[in-house]
Amino acid sequence: MPASIEFRAVAKFYDRAPALRPTNLTIAAGKTTVLLGPSGCGKSTLLRLLVGLLKADQGQVLFDGRELNEASLLDVRRRTGYVIQDGGLFPHLNARSNASLMARYLGWPPRRVAERIAELADLVRLPNERLDAFPSQLSGGQRQRVSLMRALMLDPEVLLLDEPLGALDPIIRADLQIDLRRVCRSLAKTVVLVTHDLAEARYFGDQIVLLRDGGIVQQDTFEGLLHRPREPFVEQFIQAQRGGLEAPVAEQGR
Amino acid sequence: MRTRLLTLLAVLALARTGVARGDDPPRIAVGSKKFTESVILGELLTLLARDAGVDAVHRRELGGTQILWKALLAGEIDVYPEYTGTLREEILSGERLPTEESLRAALAERGVAMSASLGFDDTYALGMLEDVAARLGIESISDLSEHPDLALGLSHEFMDREDGWPGLRRRYGLRPTAVQGVDHDLAYRGLANEAIAVTDLYSTDAEIEQYRIRVLTDDLHYFPAYQAVFLYRDDLRQRAPAALTALRRHEGAISQKEMIELNAAAKLKRINEQRIAANFLHAKLGLIADVSEETFATRLSLRTREHLYLVAVSLFFAVSLAVPLGIFAARWPAFAQPILAIVGLIQTIPSLAILVFMIPLLGLGAKPAIVALFLYSLLPIVRNTYVGLHDIPLSLRESAEALGLPSFARLRLVELPLASRAILAGVKTAAVINVGTATLGALIGAGGFGQPILTGIRLDDVGLILEGAVPAALLAICTQGVFELAERWLVPKGLRLKRST
Repeated sequence: MPASIEFRAVAKFYDRAPALRPTNLTIAAGKTTVLLGPSGCGKSTLLRLLVGLLKADQGQVLFDGRELNEASLLDVRRRTGYVIQDGGLFPHLNARSNASLMARYLGWPPRRVAERIAELADLVRLPNERLDAFPSQLSGGQRQRVSLMRALMLDPEVLLLDEPLGALDPIIRADLQIDLRRVCRSLAKTVVLVTHDLAEARYFGDQIVLLRDGGIVQQDTFEGLLHRPREPFVEQFIQAQRGGLEAPVAEQGR
Repeated sequence: MRTRLLTLLAVLALARTGVARGDDPPRIAVGSKKFTESVILGELLTLLARDAGVDAVHRRELGGTQILWKALLAGEIDVYPEYTGTLREEILSGERLPTEESLRAALAERGVAMSASLGFDDTYALGMLEDVAARLGIESISDLSEHPDLALGLSHEFMDREDGWPGLRRRYGLRPTAVQGVDHDLAYRGLANEAIAVTDLYSTDAEIEQYRIRVLTDDLHYFPAYQAVFLYRDDLRQRAPAALTALRRHEGAISQKEMIELNAAAKLKRINEQRIAANFLHAKLGLIADVSEETFATRLSLRTREHLYLVAVSLFFAVSLAVPLGIFAARWPAFAQPILAIVGLIQTIPSLAILVFMIPLLGLGAKPAIVALFLYSLLPIVRNTYVGLHDIPLSLRESAEALGLPSFARLRLVELPLASRAILAGVKTAAVINVGTATLGALIGAGGFGQPILTGIRLDDVGLILEGAVPAALLAICTQGVFELAERWLVPKGLRLKRST
């Protein structure tokens, strides 16, 4: 069962400057929600609050109806997969060990670990022989695929993707984008993806949450943002990335 | 990992047996300072005690007056040769003790007793070639005032000390026309080729006999008396009365001339001090003593074991404390600066000061040396552990957190492996420095490669110095090599790859 996530009047300050103003947000279970906005708008802050890498100064974060706190933190993290821009792979472990670290820590039998790894490598289309390579021997795209395997290892209910394609060059990016959407759709998990790229948001998102200066401007579908902008900023933001919309990155490779 | 630790401990235990000591009473420990005369006197005392059926050990060539004195007070040694002048001017310098009674009383307050004079003085004196002195009719320092044209070559220390040349000159009203500073060891050669006519010396210097030197009488009693005595703990009277009786046979037994001969035998003829002492006792008292002269191989193997023991044990405990401290500093940044400051401060304490400080607490031998080496090992290991953990990129630390690993598991599975290279480099630095510093252990009777270095410096014997310095250097290189192998074993392969992109 995918889990829903709810932010209730959550706020975060850095030296009294709000990184996130008091925010209410419900992220629907089983859908892909994109947090979209220019840098510094608070989209990554929301994501980091969700895995407890940041602590909210006000309000509550509810994970599947349960409050995120010290007691629930490890459990929530284990039910959540997290992928960051540069992959965050541990350089001392090879691809297989990176992906299976948590499962091995939890004492999965080797056979079950091996089966799960084979399944995931297949899912993210990582060639089997690359499983023995260390992160420094992998290409940028391969690193993100391994990172995705690691995030999916325990079959989490929620998948958090923080600019997962941000550091890749366009061709690899397009390739991975297709695979990533296929994975998201096929697994029917609650997915939250952070990006500043409108085309990417449109490509992935069932729901798009547009943020600006630490607050939510509009939560809607892409069509909703396009045709029923709530503020001039929504139009401006779409206008500025118009060029990209006409030829979405994912279609360039076709 | 556990088996590796056990193996290490077993090796240490084996190494220890080589230097362990038994506990059969009555036994006494004799100490001596790191100069030849003291070592010979120490050997004499040891052999006499043994002859009386006492199990006596000689802790020879300890690092200086303070170390011997503290060791005597702490009961680490029971007896050692000393000079009355040193007692008055250095050990008890805060008190005015003009008479022998006052000196004995001051010592008694500290539980220490003093023998009668052994029969000779080792004091500052002036000397000149016997031939020249006879020709000019000079016997005492006063006689010099009639020969202001004689060239004086004085050691630099003697020229500078207020109780040296300046005072001497005033007391005797000397007005020589030529006074120059010379190195003490070169002064004798200067006398021999008549570049100088008079020099300062110690009244039992071995060279006095070799160069046929006349020691001028201090007729106005300017120089303080440096009568040779031995100091012993009061409790020796009850604990080993037979030994004390035997030791006292030395009182008045050695004349000035005999001491000079004994020094010359060691310094100029390079005879082993124990052999010299045995020969003297045989000639003088008819005693027959066993002299054990070790072969080069047994000496080397004993010293290697002693040295390795010092380094390995101190390093083992340093790693056990310093790595957790470094982790602690990295996890709680508020403690990082205080911890690093303290271990940095320890590093600045001079080693001899630490050793002297340790004697009342830990006595002589390996223990205080290990503690000192342990303290000096902390900084490189704490620092590298801290830096290694601190420099792990935030994205990696957060990735480990986001996986849902608890704190200790993150440390064990991710952070320590990532910092392993830095930590190992810190341990390597500590180990290599330790191998060098451990040579100072000889100053407090811990043995090791420092022992021949110390003796070599004392006898001005380069071969003996190399006998310690070369193995120490080789051991340092081996240590370096062992750690390079350990790096392959302990640092994960992924961290040793060159970046392909």
